[in-house]
Amino acid sequence: MAEKEVMLMKGNEAIAHAAIRCGTDGYFGYPITPQSEIIETLAELKPWETTGMVVLQAESETASINMIYGGAGAGKRVLTSSSSPGIALMQEGISYMAGAELPGVFINVQRGGPGLGTIQPSQSDYFQATRGGGNGDYNVIVLAPNSVQEMADFVDLAFELAFKYRNPAMILSDGVIGQMMEKIILPPMKPRRTEEEIRKECPWAAMGRKADRNPNIITSLELKSEVMEQRNIHLQEKYKTIRENEVRYETRNCEDADYIIVSFGSAARIGEKAVELAREQGIKVGLFRPITLWPFPSKEILELAKSKKGVLVSEINAGQMVQDVRLAVNGAVPVEHFGRLGGIVPDPEEIVEALKEKLIK
Amino acid sequence: MAVNDIIAPENLVYQKPKLMNDTTMHYCPGCSHGVVHKLVAEVIADMEMEEKTVGVCPVGCAVFAYRYLDIDWQEAAHGRAPAVATGVKRMWPDRLVFTYQGDGDLACIGTAETIHALNRGENITIIFINNAIYGMTGGQMAPTTLIGQKTATCPYGRNPDIHGYPLNMTDLASRLEGTCFVTRQSVDTVASITKAKKAIRKAFEASMQGKGSSLVEIVATCNSGWKLTPAQANEWMRENMFPHYVKGDLKDTTGI
Amino acid sequence: MSKMKGAIVVNTDRCKGCQLCIVACPKDVIALAQKKVNVHGYPYVEPAQADLCIGCVACATVCPDGCITVYRKKVEA
Repeated sequence: MAEKEVMLMKGNEAIAHAAIRCGTDGYFGYPITPQSEIIETLAELKPWETTGMVVLQAESETASINMIYGGAGAGKRVLTSSSSPGIALMQEGISYMAGAELPGVFINVQRGGPGLGTIQPSQSDYFQATRGGGNGDYNVIVLAPNSVQEMADFVDLAFELAFKYRNPAMILSDGVIGQMMEKIILPPMKPRRTEEEIRKECPWAAMGRKADRNPNIITSLELKSEVMEQRNIHLQEKYKTIRENEVRYETRNCEDADYIIVSFGSAARIGEKAVELAREQGIKVGLFRPITLWPFPSKEILELAKSKKGVLVSEINAGQMVQDVRLAVNGAVPVEHFGRLGGIVPDPEEIVEALKEKLIK
Repeated sequence: MAVNDIIAPENLVYQKPKLMNDTTMHYCPGCSHGVVHKLVAEVIADMEMEEKTVGVCPVGCAVFAYRYLDIDWQEAAHGRAPAVATGVKRMWPDRLVFTYQGDGDLACIGTAETIHALNRGENITIIFINNAIYGMTGGQMAPTTLIGQKTATCPYGRNPDIHGYPLNMTDLASRLEGTCFVTRQSVDTVASITKAKKAIRKAFEASMQGKGSSLVEIVATCNSGWKLTPAQANEWMRENMFPHYVKGDLKDTTGI
Repeated sequence: MSKMKGAIVVNTDRCKGCQLCIVACPKDVIALAQKKVNVHGYPYVEPAQADLCIGCVACATVCPDGCITVYRKKVEA
């Protein structure tokens, strides 16, 4: 496959191609709609014959995430993917990874819930993703792609951030982005790291103790409260550093706008069209798209919102990110929510109507 | 000859394994875990694999095993050790990877991970301490608790009508295609300890030779949980555990 | 005629007084130290009849805590 070649593929397939190309050492996963193309594509591409990347179908999402724990704990670039119910099952492992400070990457191609729910797209796992999701005080880095291109680009980015901060990183996608086909330029090939490089980058990894160092122990356990509090304080300081340095977002048509739509992922793609439609009707609207959902671009949203007449948070759920936007805006201007539920993807027209009804009146 | 004349480096015949550090182990007096820890430490050193071993700890009494043997360790969530070990071994095929799990961890909450890792033929060794009780949480019923055995959660004895039957994971493991060596041992006498060490050695060799999964069950005591002295616990184990958990090799296709 | 003579050293700080070594010893060498406890509050064992030790290693092998170091020497009777 030539570099810079433009291809047409699904978001899920893009994840698989990107994983191989960015030097991933292993993928461990369990099939679930609407993301099974990730493991299917990997199986089809047989990277173990080219880059040496391992691909393994696990017995459950619980096993997958713990294989990621083991691989990441041993210093390797390892990846898993699932959809909402499977990600719910992984929360135990994700919490343990956060506690043990392991740099694994996982992808959630969301579907509607609760429970078994539907196989249609949704963004209703926002709270779970941005609040940690499992037990304890922790955060995972959350990247929200809005295109097939970003699905591919965020795999390497997620690994880079995960290893930089020794923290799990999540790509929060949904059935729209996972299933839709778009043109894409695949990321450049990057070799898998050598043992020497891993020992240098991950001096903490449990991969066999060389005589020149003490044993490396990967654990989240500490029975002494005083020590555990210190560990928690260390985590909170790390999260503060991440919040200060890794906020990512995008704005469109915001300069002259009276109103702002805040949307992430697939909802932001629909939001782009809604902005266009509103402007055709003479309503000056801009779009703010958080790319990192944690850390959340609170300051940036406040800065922007202050000079506007109102904010509409459009997301494919019952109102989750709107809480973060309201915290950010802190009453400076009205913040309203629009969302569809149960796997229904809203039309741009509905968003414009909601804007008029809830904010312009 | 005076004792002090014998105590000299050239006369040394036994000492604490080199990989076992000086940290005092948290186990109750007489607990079988310590003996098995020593055997694991000795085998790793005998194989000269100190720099290439990754152990995976369970949740349960052996949760702190990583404090006592000076190798690299990963502490897994309850029952997930075989999945963690799978991740490590698949990423580093030339490493010696083993899990160390109790009956609650391996035969209850982690049944799926255990069966599937063994059935995939992961080149790992699972060391399974079966003392028929939950030690760490204070002596509750385990999946391997014997019929009639009293625990904190079956104080009138395990009744199959209420609690179901003891689960024999090692028998199950011996019937899986992925396993190459499945054995049941104990560490209550010098002879049994010698055999248990040989079994661990064979399992570790099989892991390194890529022959598939090995399961080494150690029928063990929990004298605190059983409310017996360590010596009485060994007697009780021989009388009650051995008839149900019969010692010996259940499967050996290693050719080692 | 030569015979084996042994000696043991007990790490009394590590010993928990489980007494499995006492059961394992074929020569009744080991006994619980009377009315003594170590830094952890455990009673501990000692080679009460040290002269009888043959250095067979049974005590050290069964010791769960790795407390016993064993020495052995061939001596002329």
